[in-house]
Amino acid sequence: MSEGPDTPPFSTVDINNDNRDEEDLFASAVQEVSLDPEVNGAQESLEKVTISDAVPSITTTLSSPIMEEIATERTNNIIITITEPQKIGEGMSSYVAYRVLTKTNMPIFSRHEFAVWRRFSDFLGLHEKLTEKYLRSGRIIPPAPEKSIVGTTKLKMTSTPSTESANGSNSGNVQSQFVERRRAALERFLNRVGQHPVLCIDPDFREFLESDTELPKATSTSALSGAGVLRLFNKVGETVNKITYRMDESDPWFEERSTRIEALETCLRRLAGACEGLAHERRELAARTHDAARACAALSGADPHAPLSRALSHTADLHEKIEQLRMEQSNTDFFVLTEHIKDYLGLISAIKDVFHERVKVFQNWQHAQMQLTKRRENKAKAELANRPEKIEQASNEIIDWEAKVERGQQEFDTISRVIKKELERWDEVRLTELRATILRYLEEHMKHQAQSIRYWDAFLPEARAIK
Amino acid sequence: MMDCVEESNHDPLSAPSQPASLETKVEKKKPSENVSLADNSLLVDISDALSEKEKVKFTVHTKTTLPEFQKQEFVVVRQHEEFVWLHDRYEENEQYAGYIIPPAPPRPDFDASREKLQRLGEGEGALTREEFLKMKEELEDEYLATFKKTVAMHEVFLQRLAAHPVFRNDSHLRVFLEYEQDLCAKPRGKMDLIGGLMRSMTTTTDEIYLGATVRDVNDFFEQETSFLQEYYSHLKDAVAKVDRMTSKHKEVADAHIKLSSCITQLATREQPPTERFLTRAADTFDKCRKIEGRMASDQDLKLADTLRYYMRDAHAAKAVLVRRLRCLAAYEAANRNLEKARAKNKDVHAAEQQQAEACARFEQLSARAREELLDFRQRRVAAFRKSLIDLAELEIKHARAQQELFRKSLQVLKECQ
Repeated sequence: MSEGPDTPPFSTVDINNDNRDEEDLFASAVQEVSLDPEVNGAQESLEKVTISDAVPSITTTLSSPIMEEIATERTNNIIITITEPQKIGEGMSSYVAYRVLTKTNMPIFSRHEFAVWRRFSDFLGLHEKLTEKYLRSGRIIPPAPEKSIVGTTKLKMTSTPSTESANGSNSGNVQSQFVERRRAALERFLNRVGQHPVLCIDPDFREFLESDTELPKATSTSALSGAGVLRLFNKVGETVNKITYRMDESDPWFEERSTRIEALETCLRRLAGACEGLAHERRELAARTHDAARACAALSGADPHAPLSRALSHTADLHEKIEQLRMEQSNTDFFVLTEHIKDYLGLISAIKDVFHERVKVFQNWQHAQMQLTKRRENKAKAELANRPEKIEQASNEIIDWEAKVERGQQEFDTISRVIKKELERWDEVRLTELRATILRYLEEHMKHQAQSIRYWDAFLPEARAIK
Repeated sequence: MMDCVEESNHDPLSAPSQPASLETKVEKKKPSENVSLADNSLLVDISDALSEKEKVKFTVHTKTTLPEFQKQEFVVVRQHEEFVWLHDRYEENEQYAGYIIPPAPPRPDFDASREKLQRLGEGEGALTREEFLKMKEELEDEYLATFKKTVAMHEVFLQRLAAHPVFRNDSHLRVFLEYEQDLCAKPRGKMDLIGGLMRSMTTTTDEIYLGATVRDVNDFFEQETSFLQEYYSHLKDAVAKVDRMTSKHKEVADAHIKLSSCITQLATREQPPTERFLTRAADTFDKCRKIEGRMASDQDLKLADTLRYYMRDAHAAKAVLVRRLRCLAAYEAANRNLEKARAKNKDVHAAEQQQAEACARFEQLSARAREELLDFRQRRVAAFRKSLIDLAELEIKHARAQQELFRKSLQVLKECQ
């Protein structure tokens, strides 16, 4: 493996300062919207619906800080943000488009800042292409979010999500949550690719970020297409292969890593369950707080004592605010912690894919080795039988297979080496990410508690005012 | 719950804690300050309580200067059923018909804890040993809280009686406080339960029947009836809703256990610096759970219990109104009897006397009830004020503690590595 692509030359312009400037980012976003019909001329006739007004605010509160936090530790000077998910079209043929904004000073890009509109399947297409190209050489391909038929269909079926979320209806909320989760996941995916020393200079990735034209529709990513079914078969085959084929590991490093990753996975699965449980309980608590607030309001209506009635009505108001707070806490549990853990699990499965790839390479090599031995035996037999034409043929085959064995061994060595390097890189990145996540989680919750103190502080004089 | 620990033999972890969990004792340092300070002639408190099997035994301690009692200070052991018996004696007594009789304390109810423990035993396989122990500890705390609450409710009942200018002189109360043997108030059998059910049913039917048939001319009582009815139903609803909220809050707190233990587990698989980081994070979550748990129980204590107590008090106030209606019905019947007697010109004098008595009784009862109901309104406001202030202060305290916890651990975690 040549070292060349691992160290792309960077220009020294520091772009991080610009990115700190939130207002600037939004100003450019607004401009982009007005230009938008020209960019996507074909979609002009279609009705555009902003998914939710709340989404941009979530975007700023939830995703921007983490991006900035990570940004300081960046090696590659590239920051990708995804904003303004928009529903395009109506009914089953509708889809959500995301605005992908890239800020970079890497010389392979022609400009420092550019934005494109991409739909979900484009992201999957990119992932597919990267997997095809790099998995074989042992690169860990950052996972793309799962295709969720239920979520997508629900989203497609709601005709005007913006009005629903304005009404505060529950389903509208779920929708925007779904879109927001996906947006965050896609953003993570692109940034991970962008941070990867090899993947970030891939022409397909560059095209994805830069090209103004619409990408050719990636049919093979659709869950219901023929290619999708084929992929499913392949997957089943691979799984069977994974279960049945046991490679006797010669490298203790890999053996140790492999068991460690397995253990990590079970551990993380439990953790993901626990996080989800917490978020779920908290969401239910919010609903019950709402009920309690309503009951208090009714009670205050029935109370003839004016100051007490007023205080009770304040209690009701307070509980409604607390309900909101509980919702926010639950969102923190979910978006900050659960999502990260799930993401982590996705990465682990990407690593397992790489390990499996190595097993496959090993298998090929072993197969070649076996064939070679067989050919050698054939030659020996032919020599015993003294049949020159067979000896001739066998020696040719032996040369052939020897080359294959050598290639196989080389390939195996390369993939082992690349994987080691990739994993070391990953280990570092994952720990920083985990750390950042936990810190951010605690910070968010600290803010929630501060809010709670403010609410109760405001309530205390009301309670004292009862005479 | 405690005896349940004994019963669940499949629970291997209960063994070490068994001696301690056989009985629960609550020691009280000083009598609660609920008794009016102006009058110290009869002071009652529950100095001790013991939970064994199905029964809870309360040690009732009395200190008095009243001449009716034989001694100045004495102690008896009473069970919940005897408290109910005492309450029923008050309710039966016609003399007290115009008074709001303090509601009987609720039956010690550890079913919820018991059920949870059982569920915990069943779901044991899904938990690690550490999680199981924490859950168990949590449940024991919960049980203890319920137990203390039960004791407090029984105490409040007696104290209200002892502080009352009329109720304190009742002979039944004296017997209850003084007599050292059992009061023959056997734990309720099935028949008794049915009897109780019948009684409460007659009360409700009376309420409906009398409300529909007897014409009440008094605006005050008419208003009061509709107010109490509405108020009671709202209180009941609020109690249910707040209860649901606090129990969910408890579950939120419990959900932290799993989170913290999972992170600890994760920590064991990492290199030392990360391990330290994660262990501290897990520790934070564990502390966070404790604060959340306290938040839930304070909500329960301050908000739900106040609402619950006044719900039961409102019910008692409603009972006064029913008794008044019954009395009114008797008065009207006496009126009719008098008319009949006059028509027949027979026994007129006796009927007149009866009618006058019924009238006097009704008037007296109405006047008393009026005072009591007005008093109820006042009492309620003061109590609500106190609990709401307490609640707000406690919530602020907990939120501060939580914030401080997060702040400190953020500091520690940031330094870590």
